[in-house]
Amino acid sequence: MESIPYEHGLILAAILFVCGLVGVLTRRNIVFVLMSLEIMLNACGLAFVVASSRWQHAEGQVMFLMILTLAAAEVAVGLGLIIQMYRRFHTVDISVLNEMKG
Amino acid sequence: MQNWIGLLPAFPLAGFLLLVLSRGRMTKTVAGIIGAGSVGLSFLLAVMISIEFLNSGAQPFSKTLWMWMQVGGLDTGFTFFLDGLTLVMILIISGVGFLIHLYSTGFMADDPGFARFFSYMNLFVASMLVLVLADNLILLYLGWEGVGLCSYLLIGFWYDNPANGYAARKAFVVTRVGDTSMAIGLFLLFSQLGTLNIQEILLLAPTQWSTGSAVAVAASALLLGGAVGKSAQLPLQTWLPDAMAGPTPISALIHAATMVTAGVYLIARTHILFELAPSVQLIVAFVGLATLLMAGFTALMQRDIKRILAYSTISQIGYMFLALGVGAWSAAVFHLLTHAFFKALLFLAAGTVILSLHHEHDIFKMGAMRRRLPVSFWCFIVGSAALTALPFTSGFYSKDAILLAALDHPSYGMLLWVGGVLGAFMTALYSFRLVFVVFFGKSHYEQRDTQQHDDHGAVVENTSPAMFFPLLILAILSLFGGLISVPVDAVFANGALHEEAHASQFLHALMILIPILGVMISWLLYGSLSYEKAGAHLRKQLLVSPLGGLLNRFWFSGWGMDKLYQTLLVQPFLALAQVNRKDIVDLVFNSLSYVARFANSALVLTQTGNMRWYAISLVAGLVIVIGLGVWR
Amino acid sequence: MIFLFYTAAIVALIATIAVIVSTNVVHALVYLIISLLSVAVIFFALGAPFAAMLEAIVYAGAIMVLFLFVMMMLNLGQATQDEEKAWMQPRLWIGPGTLVALLLAQLTSVLFTQDVAISPVEVGVLDISVLLFGPWLLAVELASMLLLAGLVAAYHLAKK
Repeated sequence: MESIPYEHGLILAAILFVCGLVGVLTRRNIVFVLMSLEIMLNACGLAFVVASSRWQHAEGQVMFLMILTLAAAEVAVGLGLIIQMYRRFHTVDISVLNEMKG
Repeated sequence: MQNWIGLLPAFPLAGFLLLVLSRGRMTKTVAGIIGAGSVGLSFLLAVMISIEFLNSGAQPFSKTLWMWMQVGGLDTGFTFFLDGLTLVMILIISGVGFLIHLYSTGFMADDPGFARFFSYMNLFVASMLVLVLADNLILLYLGWEGVGLCSYLLIGFWYDNPANGYAARKAFVVTRVGDTSMAIGLFLLFSQLGTLNIQEILLLAPTQWSTGSAVAVAASALLLGGAVGKSAQLPLQTWLPDAMAGPTPISALIHAATMVTAGVYLIARTHILFELAPSVQLIVAFVGLATLLMAGFTALMQRDIKRILAYSTISQIGYMFLALGVGAWSAAVFHLLTHAFFKALLFLAAGTVILSLHHEHDIFKMGAMRRRLPVSFWCFIVGSAALTALPFTSGFYSKDAILLAALDHPSYGMLLWVGGVLGAFMTALYSFRLVFVVFFGKSHYEQRDTQQHDDHGAVVENTSPAMFFPLLILAILSLFGGLISVPVDAVFANGALHEEAHASQFLHALMILIPILGVMISWLLYGSLSYEKAGAHLRKQLLVSPLGGLLNRFWFSGWGMDKLYQTLLVQPFLALAQVNRKDIVDLVFNSLSYVARFANSALVLTQTGNMRWYAISLVAGLVIVIGLGVWR
Repeated sequence: MIFLFYTAAIVALIATIAVIVSTNVVHALVYLIISLLSVAVIFFALGAPFAAMLEAIVYAGAIMVLFLFVMMMLNLGQATQDEEKAWMQPRLWIGPGTLVALLLAQLTSVLFTQDVAISPVEVGVLDISVLLFGPWLLAVELASMLLLAGLVAAYHLAKK
């Protein structure tokens, strides 16, 4: 079986993470922000699974499971918030929600 | 019996607790029985202890009740120490205290604060007993502050009148000056000798310090500061005349017989320290001399019966300080004893006069009370005779001993003696002025607010047994108390000065005659049958003359000391407080808050409420941190 | 396997970039699902079939369906899409782009310091479950509490 270079997997995870980060930083639509967050979480999970394969150990995948749980909970709460926000302000633009300033 | 010495202060303390805890729910009879009875029990115990003590050869004795605090080198026990000096003090405190308590049950009978009065009185007696029984200076200080607190509470006993509260605060604050000095003295003693046990200090000090060394001078001067404050000597005497705002039995017990003599006790107790510092001892003598003269002149001009007695007290304690200063320790203690008798008698008699005349204090509004108040009259005669040191009264023996000892002082003997004799002359003048003005001549008494006192408007002397009996006992003691010999020779055995009179016959006779002369002059001025005409004319002449008027005002105000302190201390302090109204020191701390507030307003600008801005800041921070880690 | 890995990696990359630049929410969602599925393939290639299954079922299945439902509820129309286009200005991308490029450079510079190959040996369900219900039992309980809290919070927040 041919082997995959370890760092290639990690670099893929890094690139995916960075893509998600770009999305969080640039998009104004909150739905896209949430999706970008999902991408970042998923990239973290990928890094764990790669490490798990590298060390031939199952604990990396256990961590991936935890991240999965976290993502599920986060999406549930985040979507609830989006619904509430759309009801109140009739927009999905997060720049509108800037009342909590110093 | 000596093992029960701990019960001495415990009885009055228990009385205090009972009265405090059941306040307002106790009838006056029960409260009086508890209040006076607890002190009476103490007195009985004290008598039994003294009989055993004297029978067993007057051996000093100490008993540790329990350990109080044990920190580092400090080893303070609740330990009571008994020797001749302590014995005299506990007999005075519990004996005279009991008589005054008994008297108070009559004097205070109509007062709504009856139980409160007795609770304070009992606490005072307990504290005072702790003070004199203490074998270490910490315990002594506990009692010292305890009596100060009770003095404050009792001066302000009738707190409805703001003036009384002012007098109480004044007494508290002025004595605090002395107490602070004493506390510093204790620190010094502990740091130098490593112990605060009085007997150990007295043993250690002569071995470690040479006579006149700086430490000895500092320590004894600081202790003297405490004594001066408590005993109302120059320059801290101004609180005592105002302390007369309290009920009269208080003035008798606290401000004449016991508490104010605590300073004398302290110096006598630590006399070895003062012997190591001759310069300070000389200061003690001159403080006493100056005080007794100043107070004598002031007493001559007062109109308030209690203020006259207060200045007289200051003056008599001045005699005690004079005795201490010339090393006549046992003469000082002897005078303390006789003074407790006759001054308590005078105050209680004055209380009877005041009570009978419905709280009239001005002696020039009395007059001719000889027949209306016979008991008070005779008490005043006896008390004033003893105060004046007329021959064969108790005061005669003690003052005689003091003056003879003063004459023996190696360098300033004559000066101290002349001052003391002049003071004795003044004493005769002012005390018989009081007697003649109040009890002889024409009556100037007018009933004030008659509507209020309709049913008992007449002047009727209260001679209930509770008030008569103490007066009788004290009168007997004032007359014959001079025959008591105080068993303090063993305490002062190592005293350097030998107390034996070397005065010539002429000086001795002069010393005896001068008070009698004073009484006669007083009679001419205030008491003779022609008092209304010739005496009054003479007094008017004296007062009208410019110098006489000036001296009158000057002496009436107590040599202007109050005004002096008002100008020198109180007003600058108030001015300073006025300047510091905005708290200058606080500006430093406020500037901190200004800096914080400025930083806040700057940082608030970064809080835009914009989520993407926060995210970017977060990422920028992340990049910086990782950069620090990677490209170090 | 190595071919599978690189192919899936390229697909995942393209799909992810498509997510962050697309203007239509539903299109973006579909790209995201593609991305997640290709990551699942990568898991498979790395010898983690259990993780691959969960990725496909939970992530691409459950979570994305949740997203889709919400999108339908919100019913964002053409107006939103035009708005998105208006917001897509190049100058907005400069700052974040620079920062993120820097971050990526840092990450890769760390990663290229070692050179170890992965030989994909399968880590099966058994190994994972032994760990999950052994030493990590407490973490599983905590995760269940987290899900419960998420459930309650989402219910409360989305209520009218």
